[in-house]
Amino acid sequence: MSVQSPISSVNDFVVRFANVNGSGSASANELFARSILRHGVPVSPRNIFPSNIQGLPTWYEVRVTEAGHLGARGGVDLMVAMNPQTWDKDVASIEPGGYLFYDSTKPMPSSKFRADITVIGVPLTAITNSTYTDPRQRQLFKNIIYLGALCALLDLDPKLVEQLIGEQYKGKEKLLSSNVHALHLGRDWALQNLKCPIGLQVKKSDKVGDRIFMEGNSAAALGAVYGGATVCAWYPITPSSSVAEAFTSHCKKLRHAPETGKAKYAIVQGEDELASIGIVIGASWNGARAFTATSGPGISLMTEFIGLSYFAEIPAVIMNIQRAGPSTGMPTRTQQCDIIACAYASHGDTKHVLLFPEDPAEAFEFAAQSFDLAERLQTMIFLMLDLDIGMNHRLCRPLKWDDARQYDRGKVMTAEMLDEPGRDFGRYLDVDGDGIPYRTYPGTHPTKGSFFTRGTSRDRYARYSEEGAIYADNMQRLVRKFETAQDMVPRPLQANAAKPTKYGVIYFGSTSPAMDEAIGILESRGHQLDRMRIRAFPFHSSVASFIADHDFVYVVEQNRDGQLRQLIVNENGIDPVRLVPILHYDGTPITARFIANAIGDHQDHLKVTPLRKAVS
Amino acid sequence: MTYIAKPKFQHPGLPKNELGYTHRDYEGKVSTLCAGCGHDSITASIIEACYELSIEPHRVAKISGIGCSSKTPDYFLGNSHGFNSVHGRMPSVLTGANLANRDLIYLGVSGDGDSASIGFGQFAHSIRRAVNMTYIVENNGVYGLTKGQFSATADRGSKSKKGVMNTENAIDLVAIALQLGASFVARSFSGDKSQLVPLIAAAIRHKGAAFIDVISPCIAFNNHAGSTKSFDYVREHNDAVNRLDVLTGRDPITVEYAPGTVQVVEQHDGTRLALRKIDADYDANDRLAAMTFLQKHAAKGQVVTGLLYVDPDAEDLHTHLDTVETPLNTLEAKDLCPGSAALEKINASLR
Repeated sequence: MSVQSPISSVNDFVVRFANVNGSGSASANELFARSILRHGVPVSPRNIFPSNIQGLPTWYEVRVTEAGHLGARGGVDLMVAMNPQTWDKDVASIEPGGYLFYDSTKPMPSSKFRADITVIGVPLTAITNSTYTDPRQRQLFKNIIYLGALCALLDLDPKLVEQLIGEQYKGKEKLLSSNVHALHLGRDWALQNLKCPIGLQVKKSDKVGDRIFMEGNSAAALGAVYGGATVCAWYPITPSSSVAEAFTSHCKKLRHAPETGKAKYAIVQGEDELASIGIVIGASWNGARAFTATSGPGISLMTEFIGLSYFAEIPAVIMNIQRAGPSTGMPTRTQQCDIIACAYASHGDTKHVLLFPEDPAEAFEFAAQSFDLAERLQTMIFLMLDLDIGMNHRLCRPLKWDDARQYDRGKVMTAEMLDEPGRDFGRYLDVDGDGIPYRTYPGTHPTKGSFFTRGTSRDRYARYSEEGAIYADNMQRLVRKFETAQDMVPRPLQANAAKPTKYGVIYFGSTSPAMDEAIGILESRGHQLDRMRIRAFPFHSSVASFIADHDFVYVVEQNRDGQLRQLIVNENGIDPVRLVPILHYDGTPITARFIANAIGDHQDHLKVTPLRKAVS
Repeated sequence: MTYIAKPKFQHPGLPKNELGYTHRDYEGKVSTLCAGCGHDSITASIIEACYELSIEPHRVAKISGIGCSSKTPDYFLGNSHGFNSVHGRMPSVLTGANLANRDLIYLGVSGDGDSASIGFGQFAHSIRRAVNMTYIVENNGVYGLTKGQFSATADRGSKSKKGVMNTENAIDLVAIALQLGASFVARSFSGDKSQLVPLIAAAIRHKGAAFIDVISPCIAFNNHAGSTKSFDYVREHNDAVNRLDVLTGRDPITVEYAPGTVQVVEQHDGTRLALRKIDADYDANDRLAAMTFLQKHAAKGQVVTGLLYVDPDAEDLHTHLDTVETPLNTLEAKDLCPGSAALEKINASLR
């Protein structure tokens, strides 16, 4: 075996913490990520956790990235191996030349280590046991002690970590000082007993700027607050539960009447997903802005109501935080696997509007916008997040709100309008030719504007009818409405390669940061690609023209069947041969390495070397 | 029949209620149900109750599921918004509608298939959530629209029209509603309008989850010998515990009641319910006793009717959620959006 020199890198490496869930490591690990941010160095952390509360393995990965690559990188440079259960796998996953940090209280056989990595042992258990007597304290402070040791090893400024601890335990002086004490306990031990710093180091920089560090689920929930949602009904399901929980906590701070303290919102935890979407539809029918948050299995359960929303034309918003399916699948792993299920949800001919935010900032914007779209289009809007955006802290641009912005409540006929001479109200009458009819809220007028909402076929005046021509007339209007939607939803964003190219790539949602990084890698390999990030369905006309402008286009997505590709082929009548699927679906977030390798290999095959040249 | 348009003519001498409305103002489209259907009698009772209470028709929201019973909201209160939703899901749709606007009156109409089978869960949860509503189940023990299959309220041992014996136990929605804390529980019979109309009126005036199970024979598929939901059977086994007078306004009670024969219950909105006792020992404020009474009589094959339980101090979902008095659907951006300054603070806390 060749001697591997230790990896040496400043502000560009991956640290992975292997823990047992329920051990209280999460807050220490997050503190680690935040403290690097305070050095002005971007980080991209990810939770890799089981569908379990206590005892199973869990990992927390922090990518330190001065260049600002926020996608998962793959590989581990420093493993903080705190879980004996996963030791072998964890040690094996370290990059050659990487580092292994472990609790050296009990001696380990040399067969448990690797020769090509640097092993750093800190007797964490011995230190904690000699300092603390309470078992719970031993457990919790052990996490802070390893954080302290990492401070010394990676050359972090302890003052910045102390400052963060101070913010976290503001007003709880006892907790504050005991945490700071534990931090120094670890740091001092490392400084006295180990060679500090190691090859991986954090140096102060200025690459974070005014960006914020936020989870997508919390951002989407905040978008619902800003977008005027007053009713939220939900049923707990990973990874979406934290949307409703965040909405609750945002509302508690932002949505109580100052005079009376009463709530300007109603949140109901339904008995299941059917009740949740039923409550949303009832509230929206009655003129409130309402939403639910769920994940794949919940979407399956809601499909009957989704069809009602489409056909009876009732606004509603579903936030789908996607996880790996099918069935229960991998509830705590990420995928973009509900594209088809949501685009065509429910029996009969249906089509729905989907929005694909790339990060928390866009989740906030699209969440707020989804209520305008739902009421304007009088239909179901799906906000398609995934676990990777939803449940991980992501560095993103600060959230913005224009105070002049008004809500678009759509076509709602008031009592005054109904009383206008010559006004004809038909609930399903296409007055403006955009396929969108007027609606009235219940209780509007004593004698005008009432109608019977139903999932059965009806005429333009909402009267029950099973006559073929009347049914078809309504179905055609719904298509017209969907065409109207095309120009209302967020448009795709396009970025051209540095040099003219015949090849393009389409991607969406959480793939974004990995894609941006992959473009750089591909360029360095001599591959030029024009990019298009799709942000909504129905597809804007620029999608078809982007494909037409290139010999072929890669479609990068995180599912097995190339669902977005199928949707593009189906909706735009594109020859499938021109769309090359690049698919990642093992439940881990897609990486730049994966994309660059998959596209790079495909591109390399295209470079046909002339036979003569190859022989000579 | 629907192909016959309902005449718009009103007799000038029709009596008017306090708001100046006649009965006709509370009617809807012509029923498409079978002639003699019990559900049409319930429709007539709803119209009567709303007329007597002088309710503005458009301030009622009528919500139903799927089935014969769920079609009926089209046949009353033609100036109200109606919502014929999804099978078994009326309770959730009604809950959402109620959250959006607490000022309307919510009338949920459902059937035994809709509420005891496919929608049993939603029935239960809307009750335990204390949604302010009048929840009427038009209970005929049979699936009418699909031609005569047993429903979950069909009694064990009763016979279908085809002669098949039901071997499964029946769900008693009244017993369940009591157990789950409905604050107004009644049972009636579509053939007894004088009992049913005041029950509906009292339920509408009740603040909280009001549930009425109305036995409503299916003339087409469940009105034969051997059925326990037929007109004849219910008439023979009807065991009414009380008769109800609903007294609105502040006027003193003018009707003379013999001492000890009436129980007066005052509801939140000032409505007084005068319960003329038929069973002298029955106390409509005692939930546990009501449950026992019901079980004992059910065991004897009797159908207990009347106002079985009422909690005059009931609370509703809005009280529990502590929502603002203003209907949520009238709040505007200025009430709901925290604005850019608050967002800046949030941004600062996330760095």
